[in-house]
Amino acid sequence: MPVVAMTVNGKPASADVEARMLLVQFIREQLGLTGTHVGCDTSQCGACVVHVDGRAVKSCTMLATQAEGAEILTIEGLAPDGDLHPVQKAFREHHGLQCGFCTPGMIMTAVDMIRRKPDLDEETVREELEGNICRCTGYHNIVKAILAASQEMR
Amino acid sequence: MSDKASGEGIGQPVRRKEDFRFITGNGHYTDDITRPRQTWAYFLRSPHAHARIRAIDTSQAEQAPGVVAIFTGKHVAADKLGGLICGWTVSSKDGTPMKVGPHPILALDTVRYVGDHVAMVVAETLADARAASELIDVDYEPLPATISLDTCQNGNAEQVHPEAPRNTCFEWELGNKPETEAAFAKASRIVKLDLKNNRLIPNAMEPRAALGEYDKGSGIYTLHTTSQNPHVARLVLSAFVGVAPEHKLRVIAPDVGGGFGSKIFIYAEETACVWAAAKVGRPIKWTGDRSEAFLSDAHGRDHLSHAELALDGNGKFLALRVKTIANLGAYLSTFSASVPTYLYGTLLSGQYDIPAIYVEVDGVYTHTAPVDAYRGAGRPEATYLVERMVETAARETGIDPAEIRRRNYIRTFPHQTPVIMNYDAGDYEASLDAAMKAIDYAGFPARKSEAARRGKLRGIGMSSYIEACGLAPSAAVGSLGAGVGLWESAEVRVNPTGNVEVLTGSHSHGQGHETTFAQLVASRLGIPMEQVEIVHGDTDKVQFGMGTYGSRSGAVGMSAIVKALDKVEAKAKKIAAHLMEAAVEDIVFENGTFTVQGTDKSLPWAQLALSAYTAHGFPSADIEPGLKEGAFYDPTNFTFPAGCHICEVEIDPDTGITRIEKFVAVDDFGTIVNPMIVEGQVHGGIAQGIGQALLEHGIYDAESGQLVTGSYMDYCMPRADDLPSFTLGFTKTVCPSNPLGMKGCGEAGAIASPPAIVNAITDALGIRDIEMPATPARVWSAIQAATPRAAAE
Repeated sequence: MPVVAMTVNGKPASADVEARMLLVQFIREQLGLTGTHVGCDTSQCGACVVHVDGRAVKSCTMLATQAEGAEILTIEGLAPDGDLHPVQKAFREHHGLQCGFCTPGMIMTAVDMIRRKPDLDEETVREELEGNICRCTGYHNIVKAILAASQEMR
Repeated sequence: MSDKASGEGIGQPVRRKEDFRFITGNGHYTDDITRPRQTWAYFLRSPHAHARIRAIDTSQAEQAPGVVAIFTGKHVAADKLGGLICGWTVSSKDGTPMKVGPHPILALDTVRYVGDHVAMVVAETLADARAASELIDVDYEPLPATISLDTCQNGNAEQVHPEAPRNTCFEWELGNKPETEAAFAKASRIVKLDLKNNRLIPNAMEPRAALGEYDKGSGIYTLHTTSQNPHVARLVLSAFVGVAPEHKLRVIAPDVGGGFGSKIFIYAEETACVWAAAKVGRPIKWTGDRSEAFLSDAHGRDHLSHAELALDGNGKFLALRVKTIANLGAYLSTFSASVPTYLYGTLLSGQYDIPAIYVEVDGVYTHTAPVDAYRGAGRPEATYLVERMVETAARETGIDPAEIRRRNYIRTFPHQTPVIMNYDAGDYEASLDAAMKAIDYAGFPARKSEAARRGKLRGIGMSSYIEACGLAPSAAVGSLGAGVGLWESAEVRVNPTGNVEVLTGSHSHGQGHETTFAQLVASRLGIPMEQVEIVHGDTDKVQFGMGTYGSRSGAVGMSAIVKALDKVEAKAKKIAAHLMEAAVEDIVFENGTFTVQGTDKSLPWAQLALSAYTAHGFPSADIEPGLKEGAFYDPTNFTFPAGCHICEVEIDPDTGITRIEKFVAVDDFGTIVNPMIVEGQVHGGIAQGIGQALLEHGIYDAESGQLVTGSYMDYCMPRADDLPSFTLGFTKTVCPSNPLGMKGCGEAGAIASPPAIVNAITDALGIRDIEMPATPARVWSAIQAATPRAAAE
């Protein structure tokens, strides 16, 4: 089995993995970081979004071995212990989550979106969320939270 | 009350207690739990909609790497396990009970839908289990399948169950036929419409999952599962399936990632996992993937109806008659028989005074996944029918849609409808007026003209909905065929240090109970919310509960908490009276302090709590130590949330794409504990309603019975860019039948919105009807069909 080594939330992580192991499986099963979720099997729902070298990636779309040497950031590492990232704060403040299952992927997507597009408007946020499905909120408060966080981070 | 306490009180938009764990990735969903020596299950499913199983050969698969065990229907039968049940019995109009085909956990000799469970492979890893399943040799004899609702009752249609001739499970009726016929005979106008209510696939974002364990030393089984009602799951698994006696089975529903009805039901997978855990002597985990969810989660809706509305010369409704064929799928699911009957027919009066109603519903089997409750459950189907009929009546009579509703609204309460329900309170015109104002109804013609100048078609549509929630008075549902009572339980445990645990039989899977329930308790006891912990979802902690569905947790679950709090307060006052040497009638409890009326004697909550447990000097005959009280609350009536949703759409005639320009929802939910959470519930409901109206459709191939919308690439889930932001408003009539005056808010959006959207689209296009989902293709075709050829050229 191939050995894969990467940095996850600032800490080195390596393991012997089956070649077919997906990055999301490595994160959830190998490292026990269960904040990253799996909501579909066709790379549509975005519950598994993490950052790979600073970019939002659906971690079900790449093999663990493809992340060799990469810097991975998951929801658990987004803010130092005891603190919250402005996007996390905005999701709570604006009730941008209900069951919480899509939330980690939404937040990781939003952080990347705000980094790439500092001048977000509602239409852009909605277009950018095309790859993240939420069944609870109707997106209304997710959009509100992302716009508020984007203002806050300006 | 302190500032802090009033900021957390009833009616305040308190931020959610549960959010911290979800936004930091610290939730605990079933699939997040891993046990030492855990194995994985994978279910081999039928690729055929209907086939006889001649033989199953597992010998090769058993030799595959990592395989621990393989179970088929024979193993289940050998253990004499019962099948899955339907907990609601509906009778046909001739008095005979519904005709039920057996629902085995793993198929015995026949498979009845694509995705039906054939074998369970247990292996060291999920990959091993999945790979081994491909080595199982099932000798199928494929048979014709019955898929279409139009033809399933024909004499030559393939039978799903021999027990149910013509694939008919029941031929149910409700209302008064002779009165209805008489009213139609004297009507000056009869409006007729054929309506389809499209099949939906629930798609909670967390797929169903289960982790079954067996402790040999104690003989106790533990099942973690994605359930909206773990106690009901335990009851069914013990009393009907016979996995284990109730006291030897613990069911835990930890964080659950959405349900929308689909996680009420007891399915084959969790049943097999917990049963087989004892067989293999190791924990067994199953986590469904999305494809399995599409195939095997219970679907929703799927009705075919013909409706007729009789009116007098003034646009007053005289009578409604309805004939509906409701798809039940291949097997009856846990509550499926109740959905197209008592949750549907009973709401056909809508918000209107309709003197006579008669409805017939045929519940039919097809070779498709079971159909059961999905957000709204029966009430969206009723509302769609009523509001499409009312809109059509308005157009045919030339009366404005708002005006025809006003002429027919129920205005005095209580109001007994011809279809069981007794509406207790409401003000339907208030929500209509507020919604019309919010959308600037009067300005619509100008907006329509402006759109027309841009070559766009603009339409407006409304929906005045009502639903019956707060399920439900146990005696009422018992008389209608329910196998359970629909009360709720609560227990308030005051700790010696004054903080409080509240155990509830309700289950939160997104609704925010940890916040709203804590708001209630904190404001009642005058303590900060962080001193209140809401405990739910574990049969070892909570004695019993009926769970969360039917918008019942506020009206029923919180009422049980109120009842338990009443008892806590009564006992606490008794203790306070003893400690302060006063008469119990003189004790006042306010803002967390006990005082003796007319004196300066007082005792803070925390001190009383401690005293309750030190119990020093209690007169033992009068006061027991401790402070813990429980209550069961059985509602006295359903609750009746109601309101008006108005939708304005703009359609591009070149592409058929419908854009929702504005969506206004004005709802009367009675007392609102946390408006932020309630608004969130409405947003989510509307999104699912827009999904039904514009995007979503569960489609089976009519010949092969294959589910052709079996993934997110084929089944159109609403995405952020399909939806607008919503404009919400509230009106309020207090529900008289529960202590807080609450009505329930979880399903309103999904119930009210589809007819508002379809009314808007048909208004824009100037057509009588369009089938849901009104996809661009359907809208474009409707425009082509309605456009005279000359104009097109």
